[in-house]
Amino acid sequence: MTTIQTSMPARAVHADTRPLWDRLRTNRNWLALWFMLPAAAFLILFLAYPLGLGIWMSFTDERIGRTGVFVGLENYEWLWSDSIFWLSVFNTLLYTIIASAIKFAIGLYLALLLNRHMPFKAMIRAIVLIPFIVPTVLSAIAFWWIYDAQFSIISWSLIKLGLITQNINFLGDTDWARASVIFANIWRGVPFVAITLLAGLQTVSPSLYEAATLDGATDWQRFRYITYPLLTPIIAVVMTFSVLFTFTDFQLVWALTRGGPVNATHLMATLSYQRGILSGRLGEGAAIATAMIPFLLAAIAISWFGMQRRKWQQGSDND
Amino acid sequence: MIDTALQAKTVVKAAASVAKSDESEGMSYLESLPRRLVTLYLPLFIILVVLLFPFYWMGLTAIKPDEQLIDMETYNPFWVIHPTFKHISKLLFETQYPQWLWNTMYVAACATTLSIIASVLAAYAIVRLRFRGGEAVGVLIFFAYLVPPSILFIPLASVIQAYGLFDSPLSLILVYPTLLIPFSTWLLMGYFKTIPFELEECALIDGASRWQILTRIVVPLAVPGLISAFIFSFTLCWNEFIYALTFLQSTPNKTVPVAIVNEFVDGDIYKWGSLMAGALVGSLPLVILYAFFVEHYVSAMTGAVKE
Repeated sequence: MTTIQTSMPARAVHADTRPLWDRLRTNRNWLALWFMLPAAAFLILFLAYPLGLGIWMSFTDERIGRTGVFVGLENYEWLWSDSIFWLSVFNTLLYTIIASAIKFAIGLYLALLLNRHMPFKAMIRAIVLIPFIVPTVLSAIAFWWIYDAQFSIISWSLIKLGLITQNINFLGDTDWARASVIFANIWRGVPFVAITLLAGLQTVSPSLYEAATLDGATDWQRFRYITYPLLTPIIAVVMTFSVLFTFTDFQLVWALTRGGPVNATHLMATLSYQRGILSGRLGEGAAIATAMIPFLLAAIAISWFGMQRRKWQQGSDND
Repeated sequence: MIDTALQAKTVVKAAASVAKSDESEGMSYLESLPRRLVTLYLPLFIILVVLLFPFYWMGLTAIKPDEQLIDMETYNPFWVIHPTFKHISKLLFETQYPQWLWNTMYVAACATTLSIIASVLAAYAIVRLRFRGGEAVGVLIFFAYLVPPSILFIPLASVIQAYGLFDSPLSLILVYPTLLIPFSTWLLMGYFKTIPFELEECALIDGASRWQILTRIVVPLAVPGLISAFIFSFTLCWNEFIYALTFLQSTPNKTVPVAIVNEFVDGDIYKWGSLMAGALVGSLPLVILYAFFVEHYVSAMTGAVKE
């Protein structure tokens, strides 16, 4: 006891009376455990456990109101030969690739525009983010009305301009439905990409551009050899998030088309909801959801290596 | 991972400057006005019009009388002649909309508060207590941020059922923190790292406990970060759809996004007025909140992506 008292005087006051309680209260590792407990409880109970449970459920034939029996790979075999499932995989990939690519292009362009000097700059930047603030479902409802088969304002305007002769069936025709859903997704995603990339652009020192201009660099060269390399790490992170959220999108499609017409806009998430919750085949729904995991891991891995590459480019490991 | 954590600092700084306007002209004096018109103002104008048009259309439809909605020949559809508040008053007094709005706010406020408390404790422990395995816990929390609700809602539905929370707002209050804690923890870790260590050392020497240091020194200094985390989390809760759709069954318990999609959709050709009014009233609180806290919101968004 004497040795402890000399080395740790702060603790020694109660050390002899309630040593265990004291240790739980002041030891750094125990203290950290108490501090981590609330967050860990939420994340383990409602995130880690369901994640494992979902993978387990995909190997059972569980239905709503009845516990499942282990059936091995039966759900996956069933999905493998299910053309609607493959259609949903195709739709999800199409949706993700096209929407993410366009979101990136327009987002980067918008970020470059917003980074320039202009009047009311702060206000314009604030306005740009509004589509991201408004709940997706509520703006999807607005798009639903804009895409209405009979009273669509787009059809009306194009007819008045003499470009088309009859209404476009935006959400009733398979190709138009896909394009409409993708457009709505891009509309919602662009502000996020633009504002985060703008944050990255502002860390680029203006003197680099001035020096390049004096050396006679063109606009394109300044973008290609200054902006783009310095922005790469942020692009990697932003696009991972964008791809991840587009790939697992549910609410926009559910509010606009519910997967129709003839499953043309069914994403894996919406199909999983339809099979798992609406039809009550929880096991099959869980299998569809689990099938999304490899794609998500791929997206995360790509961003991870994107960041590694940046570290190597900059040749340093701390700031 | 260390790499991402370190990037955080620079981006939080950068993010703070996004919302602020810097008055430096840079090299823009080199450009002539016509050139700026074509390369800057015109494309920006087009993008802004496209981004804002759905809201204009939403607002316009919400105050348009029914006959003008479906008659696009006699009335110019882009304008309204005798605006009416019929749709909005019908929404507020003849449907359960106020109840849904209340549910949404109640769930969002409770879930956000719970998450912020849990996140403050976790972020402080990871950043300042530096316990064994703290680094690994930080990485795990980052990965938790990458797990999307769309792969969790089916197993969660059976977990919620097993706990007897089905069709209760409590289910959402308990589940939403899984979306919010990873994000807020990373955001707050960034803020806590900027607080000088010396302040804590002084307090420790004066005999303060860790709890006192957290509540009297760290939290008051991290208020901007807390506001950012709060605003962003609140918006996320308000926006959440798939859990609310899966867990809530009875009409009076629903949140605004779920109720709008399910309760207004009848075959009625005149549904559009009330639908748009519902979407407008459901979005306005968030837009107003955003207008007051633009800078905090932007720094939360960019900060969270980076960290």
